[in-house]
Amino acid sequence: MSLILLVQASPIVLPEASTQAVVEDRIFLILLAVSAAIVLLVLTLVIGFSIVYRAGSAARRGPLPIWIRHEFEIGWTSATIFAFLFIFWWTASSQLHLQTVPRSALEIHVVAKQWMWKIQQPSGVREIDTLHAPLGIPVKLVMTSQDVIHDFYVPAFRLKQDVIPGRYTELTFTATEAGTFQVFCAQYCGLDHARMNADVVILPPADYARWIADQPEGDTLAGEGEKIFASHGCGGCHGQGAAVHAPPLDGLYGSRVPLAGGGFALADENYIHDCILLPHKRVPAGYAPIMPSFQGVLSEDQLVPLIAYIKTLKAKP
Amino acid sequence: MSQTGVTVREPWPDARREETGLQFAMWVFLATEVLFFGALICTYAVNRWAHPAAVREAGRHAAFAYGLANTVILTLSGLSMAIADRAVKEQLGALAKACLWITLALGTAFVVIKALEYYKDISDNLWPGPDFALRGAGARPFWSFYWVATGVHAIHLTIGLGVVARLLVFAHRGSLVRRVPSMTISTLYWEFVDIVWLFLFALIYLVGRT
Amino acid sequence: MSAQASAPQAAPGDEPSYLDEGHSVASWIFSTDHKRIAILYAVSITVFFFIGGAAATLMRIQLFEPNNSFVSAAQYNRLFTMHGIIMVWFFLVPSIPTTLGNFLVPMMIGAKDVALPKLNLTSWWLYVGGAIFTIVCLIGGGVDTGWTFYTPYSTLYSNAAVLSAAAGVFVVGFSSILTGVNMITTVHMLRAPGLTWFRLPLFVWGIYATSLVMVLATPVLAMTLLLVIAERMGLPVFDPRFGGDPVLFQHLFWFYSHPAVYIMILPAMGVISEIIASEARRRVFGYKAMAVAMLSIAVLGFLVWGHHMFVAGMSPFADIVFSFLSFVIAVPSAIKVFNWTATLYRGEIRFGAPMLYALGFLGLFTVGGLTGLFLASVPVDVHVHGTYFVIAHFHYIMVGGSVSAYFGGLHYWWPKITGRMYLEWWARLAAITMFLGFNFTFFPQFIAGYLGMPRRHFVYAPQYHLYNVMSSTGAVVLAAAYLLPLFYLGWSLVWGARAGANPWNATGLEWLTPSPPPKQNFARTPRVDNDPYDYHEPETGPTQADQPPRQPQGGVA
Repeated sequence: MSLILLVQASPIVLPEASTQAVVEDRIFLILLAVSAAIVLLVLTLVIGFSIVYRAGSAARRGPLPIWIRHEFEIGWTSATIFAFLFIFWWTASSQLHLQTVPRSALEIHVVAKQWMWKIQQPSGVREIDTLHAPLGIPVKLVMTSQDVIHDFYVPAFRLKQDVIPGRYTELTFTATEAGTFQVFCAQYCGLDHARMNADVVILPPADYARWIADQPEGDTLAGEGEKIFASHGCGGCHGQGAAVHAPPLDGLYGSRVPLAGGGFALADENYIHDCILLPHKRVPAGYAPIMPSFQGVLSEDQLVPLIAYIKTLKAKP
Repeated sequence: MSQTGVTVREPWPDARREETGLQFAMWVFLATEVLFFGALICTYAVNRWAHPAAVREAGRHAAFAYGLANTVILTLSGLSMAIADRAVKEQLGALAKACLWITLALGTAFVVIKALEYYKDISDNLWPGPDFALRGAGARPFWSFYWVATGVHAIHLTIGLGVVARLLVFAHRGSLVRRVPSMTISTLYWEFVDIVWLFLFALIYLVGRT
Repeated sequence: MSAQASAPQAAPGDEPSYLDEGHSVASWIFSTDHKRIAILYAVSITVFFFIGGAAATLMRIQLFEPNNSFVSAAQYNRLFTMHGIIMVWFFLVPSIPTTLGNFLVPMMIGAKDVALPKLNLTSWWLYVGGAIFTIVCLIGGGVDTGWTFYTPYSTLYSNAAVLSAAAGVFVVGFSSILTGVNMITTVHMLRAPGLTWFRLPLFVWGIYATSLVMVLATPVLAMTLLLVIAERMGLPVFDPRFGGDPVLFQHLFWFYSHPAVYIMILPAMGVISEIIASEARRRVFGYKAMAVAMLSIAVLGFLVWGHHMFVAGMSPFADIVFSFLSFVIAVPSAIKVFNWTATLYRGEIRFGAPMLYALGFLGLFTVGGLTGLFLASVPVDVHVHGTYFVIAHFHYIMVGGSVSAYFGGLHYWWPKITGRMYLEWWARLAAITMFLGFNFTFFPQFIAGYLGMPRRHFVYAPQYHLYNVMSSTGAVVLAAAYLLPLFYLGWSLVWGARAGANPWNATGLEWLTPSPPPKQNFARTPRVDNDPYDYHEPETGPTQADQPPRQPQGGVA
């Protein structure tokens, strides 16, 4: 009796809740069909031959027809190569198409730590183990870890991305269904890896905006960052009139920075993150490597709003 | 099966096949060593590509005089080993024995100088612990590479010293000239250890001095 | 010309068999005879197989319920780690090469022993050394990093016995490397007169291709583990706080560990070719293509490691390149499946235990291999990476494939190795039970994985309950199937019927010797003038069942 209940409670389908999910499921199902056909073919041949050509049976043996030898072998080799290369081309182009990130994606920050997910919305709202996001709008998760490697996995979206200490990784999705979807940690991260679960709550855009508005008044992410910038004395070197020769931060984000020792760096989140924690890693040209490291002084949670603030600093005309 | 006093070990059918076979096996083994050190050098390359300035700065603290001395010593030992190898093939037992003694002495000198250098490095706070002398991302990984690479190399060299000592035992018994395969594969090993050191010398001691 | 009538090398009773050359423990553990070393390995890996199996049993009991507390989180994390470490490095990687490979390769090429017998013994002692480190680790509470030792968890956060585990794998890695060196040298240097490369049995090709991978890939693992040990002892290498890159560890680790899976399958492919040819009484279809396919798999295996890292933070360009190469490497494996199937066509097929294992291999390897195509597709992999889909995929190949082949080979050559016949009906029962139990255990895991169940989770969401119940139930059947051979094979050692030199009427030099063979294998080095698997005239097929081959290799010297 309990087995029947168990069967009833066990789904065989997973909701398709993102644009990625639709594409992935199509690929999965076609691969399933192709695989089933091949397995059926092999099984039929193997079982068929086993029965027909069992020792002592009356089947006709003797020489293999000539055409079975060379042409057949060339034939099935070519067919296999062609089929596999076609599947590669099809899946690769699907992936490339899915990976183009629209400029207007809503950025939500995720900081993973053993064993929870800390979310910071651009409006400054913070959540733990829940991520609210709007339906139908591209959302870009910018993620880092405070300790070991984790992985943010939403089965309903068919998406996952490793979350790595010391750098930012991104996961972009466009939700196609409203609802609450499970998030699992999919990279073993220690003791409570199995319980590092979260929820993604997808709301229609109006509801999402209302939810944001309903949250307790607080700073936006950038506003919080401005406070951290001030409280840690960043302006003492990077501000106007500073005695120290430090690179200006206006217009830094997104620019190409010439490096001491040659080459260029794109000033993205990772670059700014490195400049704050590992300042001697990519020193801009024309500046001495004298910036102190804020490793151990600023946590990943504080870096998120700080970098968000620096991103708002536009070049002065 | 023993002709002209040469013993052939099981399962080899004849002496010539045994000699070729042992050399072949040693070459295959050296290929594995190339991959072993290669993986390590790969981590060095990644670190240097990511932090070129820090690696150059860190390299300036390597004890160049010690490194250079060791390079000269080891290269000379490679020469003496090669001469010993040729001497054994030409049945010149006395020359071979002398050259093996020189190789052993030079190799031991290398290890001694390395130990002294380690002592100096530790007093200069170049062990990447809490008292590490250098700042900057990439400095510690460079020095971690130094300790692991030179340590693993020193272990290989010490095994090499044992290999040379074994040949000297044969030499003193007078049986070395009948053991050409043993000499050949030992020489291959010693020269390999020598070549690895040349790579390490360039990566550790020359990187800060361009 | 029948090879069954008399073993041309020596009549039974002429020379003592290798089993009778000394009975003390010392005569075994210090023996340089490749056949005795093979038995030493067989005993060692069997012990570890059951330790690893015990870990799996405890895991499957825990997973019977979604929120079970049969074991704690900490215990479960150690169980799956030890299961992986033991099964990969102390069972599967050594299994066929050091047992069947050690025993048979010298015989199949007409040699008296491997090229470097003392090195062979050293390899086994290194295995024992690695095993001791691992036992120390087990006693110290085990390690909880996963068999993959990902940094920074393994180097900076784990409180478990990481050092002893890493040291154990490091040491056993050198056992692997030296075995590889030995096998390569043996095949190059000790082939009997007339035995050219394309007259070698496919089992020898399989061991040769495996050895190429072993010697080139394993050193990278050794260095990577050394760096893990170094970082654990305070030397930063992968630590991002000091400019290191944790993903670099993954590149180095998988550069070895992907070729490692080919180390685990290539020997199995060799065994299957031998069994199918013998039991279908036919030449292997497309012999040259089979040999070249194994070499291609060995080479291509070094180029695909990134497919384990599609979500690890590699660039999209790297993802595409590794995906492409992963599709390419599927081609030689597919060709092999077609050729094995074609070998059955117009054969005279006997269904003893070895053939049942081989047929099971064909089905299970095909399923496992096809699911590899799913994983090679980046969009699908992004969904199922790190889930039970991957677990099912690799168990289909490593257990459904390699372990089936190992058992098949063990049964096939059991008479030669031990001089005894096993009980045929018990063996068939074990083979069929294994096939059914295996599918029941692992097929539901494909479904659970597609539905999103992550791996290494000791508790799980309720919607995966049904599939876990099915899997755990199947595991009971599978365990029984693995235990059965212990009994009837053990029984045969004492009470089994004595085997003749060539009970299967097979080609191949190993069947020319008595069962069990004498220490020297061959009284006179055989000469080989014909191709392997010469079961019938090239222009015809087999005419009757149970006929001796038209011309076995080595003939009568």
